[in-house]
Amino acid sequence: MAVVERTVGTKNTVTKRRKSRLGAGEGRTAFFFLLPSLIGVTLFLVVPIIASVVLSFTNWKLLGQPQFVGFANYIRLFTADPQFWPVVRNTLFFTFEYLVLNIVISLGLAVWISSLKRGQRWFRVIFFLPTFTPGIAVAIVWMLIFAPDGFFDFIMRSLAIHIPSVLTDQNLAMQAVIVVSLWAGVGYNTVLFNAALDMVPANYLEAARIDGASAWDRFWKIRLPLISPTLFFGTVMTAITSLQVFDQIYVMTRGGPGTATATLGYSIFQKGFQNFQMGYASAIAWVMFAMIMVLTAFQFWLQRKWVHYDN
Amino acid sequence: MANVTITDVVKNYGSLEVLHGVSASVADGEFVVLVGPSGCGKSTLLRMIAGLESISDGEIEIGDRVVNDLEPKERDIAMVFQSYALYPHMTVRANMAFSLKLARRSKEEIDQMVNRAAEILDLSALLDRYPRQLSGGQRQRVAMGRAIVRNPAVFLFDEPLSNLDAKLRVQMRGEIKALHQRLGATMIYVTHDQMEAMTMGDRIVVMRAGVIEQMGTPLEIYDTPANSFVASFIGSPSMNLIDGIVQNRDGASVLETPDGTTWPLPANARVTAGAAVQLGIRPEHIHLDPAGLVAEPVIIEPTGADTHVQMRVGQQVLTGVFRDRPDIALGDTFHVRPDTSRAHLFDKASGQRL
Repeated sequence: MAVVERTVGTKNTVTKRRKSRLGAGEGRTAFFFLLPSLIGVTLFLVVPIIASVVLSFTNWKLLGQPQFVGFANYIRLFTADPQFWPVVRNTLFFTFEYLVLNIVISLGLAVWISSLKRGQRWFRVIFFLPTFTPGIAVAIVWMLIFAPDGFFDFIMRSLAIHIPSVLTDQNLAMQAVIVVSLWAGVGYNTVLFNAALDMVPANYLEAARIDGASAWDRFWKIRLPLISPTLFFGTVMTAITSLQVFDQIYVMTRGGPGTATATLGYSIFQKGFQNFQMGYASAIAWVMFAMIMVLTAFQFWLQRKWVHYDN
Repeated sequence: MANVTITDVVKNYGSLEVLHGVSASVADGEFVVLVGPSGCGKSTLLRMIAGLESISDGEIEIGDRVVNDLEPKERDIAMVFQSYALYPHMTVRANMAFSLKLARRSKEEIDQMVNRAAEILDLSALLDRYPRQLSGGQRQRVAMGRAIVRNPAVFLFDEPLSNLDAKLRVQMRGEIKALHQRLGATMIYVTHDQMEAMTMGDRIVVMRAGVIEQMGTPLEIYDTPANSFVASFIGSPSMNLIDGIVQNRDGASVLETPDGTTWPLPANARVTAGAAVQLGIRPEHIHLDPAGLVAEPVIIEPTGADTHVQMRVGQQVLTGVFRDRPDIALGDTFHVRPDTSRAHLFDKASGQRL
């Protein structure tokens, strides 16, 4: 028995050795084939990420030599910078309101489109158009609409509604940014959710009709749970992009009035490219990264309670 | 329980008419099978009874009510789908309880009804599983359980066994039949499998191209098919249909095929010389007989109990089913005799039984 085992063992070793020799050869070939993309990833992803981590511990001011300052940037951020907490609050406020409205509106539109007997394709295209329209261009047009004495003010005056100029009002400015973001961002989720709704097998809905489910029941108890994986994907991606909001704010309000619309994304730009505090801006970027990670992790934890995967 | 009456039902999809004035009735507690080839309209008819398809014209009654304009939930029916349509995000228990919850039954009542149905279908151990954790047969039983808990007047089955393997299909066939006997409910069952139709139905409705070709008990349809379509559709292997012209030979009518082979006709055949007809002979009614016609085997298929032999007689290719293992080999010839007393005659032009 022992002899047999030893023989088998020797055979296995030989086979493994032959395999690993073959594997090493194949590995080298694979490595050379992958090299172009590996160089790209390293140069444009890995190095900048590492550099930004390193920068966040320096006082680099774009010109001159960076000096290591330890956690000074982070300490200043959390304890001394009077703008930081309002900026975090603004970012979370924007994210929450935009996320909720985006999901509700896009889901509503998706359901409406899927209920249409004709013209579904046209409406999908119409609602998707803003998604591939440049964000800066969209924001400029909306800024002109919301500008003092702009088109929005003209409409309000015509309707005899007296409201302050939107972009200069402490409360309304953020709402204007959210409206513009929704206009630009709802189409993507609408098409995503509409596709998911159309993929729900008709049999489930027919079975539910026979079981006595009303259209309302069918939506909440059958269709929504069945598209929950897509809904989850849309929610996570929308949350991530909304925490990074920048374009609309840069064009429309520059973070103002005061700091009413300053978000983390805008703050990074301001500190880095207006005040030339690259180290400090990098620290804010990593705080934003941490916030995105925490929120995403929270969403993944939460999905166990509401997302249903068939497999 | 209730009877179902279908009167002159028409179904149009735009300008395309798929059901052309279908009428049928299902008695209270009866098990009726709608059978026919793909596209014959059997599933459409079932879906119209369920309320999942609108009725273009005609009337459907369940019990004493015309249900044309009623929603599916108001028709007091339950349906088992080909794909089972079990809600994937609900457990077996939740699937079965869904309709009861919608009907706002009390929790105790729901538990009691679900447990009873689970017991009938041997599903008690699976109640907390999800559909993805079940085998095909178990899913099928859950689909039936979902129907049973509602205690409907009429059960509708839309090809429920099509997704199962052959062995399980036979087993589930028996289970559905047993369920019918136990519940005594009215059941309408759609299938394209004539074997399912023959073994399960109290009565069979054979459909083709949006019309009903024949209604009757399985043996009525098998023994006296109304036309050549029903004759060839019901029965496996299919009935042999031999085209020819009726001739008088020595005072007796015979069928002469284009290749000159003559076939004896039933003694009571009401045909006149010169008529173009089809002679129908079931495979099991072709017997080995040394004094019979010369046959050349083309394909020999032993099934164990029987042997199916495709043979060439003159220019005709026929199928015969012989008990046990007859001494027939490819390359040889043998002799066969059709049992004309059990043969069928159909008009060649209309296909109608003569």
